Amino acid sequence: MTDRPRGLDRRDFLRLGLVAGPASLVASCGWDGGAVLEPKLRAFSRVNDWVGEKLWHSSSRLAPEYPVLARTAAANFPSYSITYNKTGSFPYPPDPEGWRLNVGGLVRKPLALTRPMIEALPRVTYTVKHHCVEGWTAIATWTGVPVSAISALVEPTPQASYLRFDSFDSQYYNGWDLKSAMHPQTILAYAYNDRPLGMNHGAPLRLYSPVKLGYKLTKYLTAMTFTRERPGGYWEDQGYPWLGGI
Amino acid sequence: MSSINYSGARPLVKRYHGLVRLTHWLNAVFLVAMIASGLQIYMAYRHFGLRGEPLGFPNPLDGASIPEWGRMGGWLAGGLNWHFAMAWPFVITGLVYLGFLALSGEWRSLLFRPRDIGPAIQMQLYYLRLRREHPPQGKHNALQKAAYTFIVALGAIATLSGFAIYKPVQLSPLTALFGGYELARYWHFVTVWLFLAFTLLHVALVFLVDPGSLRGMITGWYRGRFASHD
Repeated sequence: MTDRPRGLDRRDFLRLGLVAGPASLVASCGWDGGAVLEPKLRAFSRVNDWVGEKLWHSSSRLAPEYPVLARTAAANFPSYSITYNKTGSFPYPPDPEGWRLNVGGLVRKPLALTRPMIEALPRVTYTVKHHCVEGWTAIATWTGVPVSAISALVEPTPQASYLRFDSFDSQYYNGWDLKSAMHPQTILAYAYNDRPLGMNHGAPLRLYSPVKLGYKLTKYLTAMTFTRERPGGYWEDQGYPWLGGI
Repeated sequence: MSSINYSGARPLVKRYHGLVRLTHWLNAVFLVAMIASGLQIYMAYRHFGLRGEPLGFPNPLDGASIPEWGRMGGWLAGGLNWHFAMAWPFVITGLVYLGFLALSGEWRSLLFRPRDIGPAIQMQLYYLRLRREHPPQGKHNALQKAAYTFIVALGAIATLSGFAIYKPVQLSPLTALFGGYELARYWHFVTVWLFLAFTLLHVALVFLVDPGSLRGMITGWYRGRFASHD
């Protein structure tokens, strides 16, 4: 038997470190790391975005469709907008008669589309489940034109890698990967449950897709822009996962 | 050696492999993070079922507010980012542990099989004082095997139901296996409380029945009541 060394030995330091590290973290910014770890978590979220886009997302897998009878009652289907949350009234286009969807960016043939022009394009109707990032779900029927059909009209250049969607709802906007945007169920919708889209659901035109979470589905559209750089998003800039694919 | 040799009475045996100890404690940390961030996510919508169509399964925490000390991330986005970041080490730790069990053959002393049913009943009789002497056992008794098999299965269910609600469209067959998105979300939530119940019992039994196993799980060396080894 040898005498125990006096003072602190290697083990004691290890123990001290195990306790002191987390303890100082908790003391400085709450037990979850708060503002110190938040940027690192956001950076790591991009890894999950990459895996979500490259590995999980299938261009051909369709979200299941439901019978019309399965629809959630309109009164139970939540609707919100940033403007509504701020002012109590839904956003209204600055010039309703002059409303156009501006499709541009890295494209050969930029277009400004009116609602009648959009409604004249080939339409898709489906009854699907809406998944909100909060955890709730609801079923509704949406009608619109596939984003891929609009894309074919404007002919994006090879440099185009992302799509940016802008709205007149308090600068709400979104960025999409092209793979999800060109999914056959990703549409620009102008009807909800067989009736013209209401103000609460994003009239005159909104993005819809059953392969993304609700916050990716920009309402009150004004522009659809092909970009080289990855656009952010209203919620994504505040920390929500960028891809939002399901 | 004039002093009493306690080690002669209870031999010091090497009991837990380094990988088992490492994955055990890492899992404890990651599980806490997964549960706390998961409860933060639950706060965003504290119900189950489609909008306007409650699931009809019992949920004592319907609409309940989870105390702040039980949550992680501060708000929904923070909770999500923690949850999806910690899911990686949580799953990897679990796979390393299972891989070790499979390759080392250790699974034999842990997996509860039909032949363990009889001994499990004997153990239960002993705990209920209906049987005087402790039944003979190997490294773990039959009830322990049941508990450790259960917790591995629970980890698998928690992980799979998590994926089912993470990618309900891309993994729709998996989501369907759980009875759809709403039910998968419910089962995912139930696993939280089963994990917590297991952990409470697990820690209580360590201190009440076999405190020596705590040292064993930290250093690997065990000198306690149940020295037998298979």
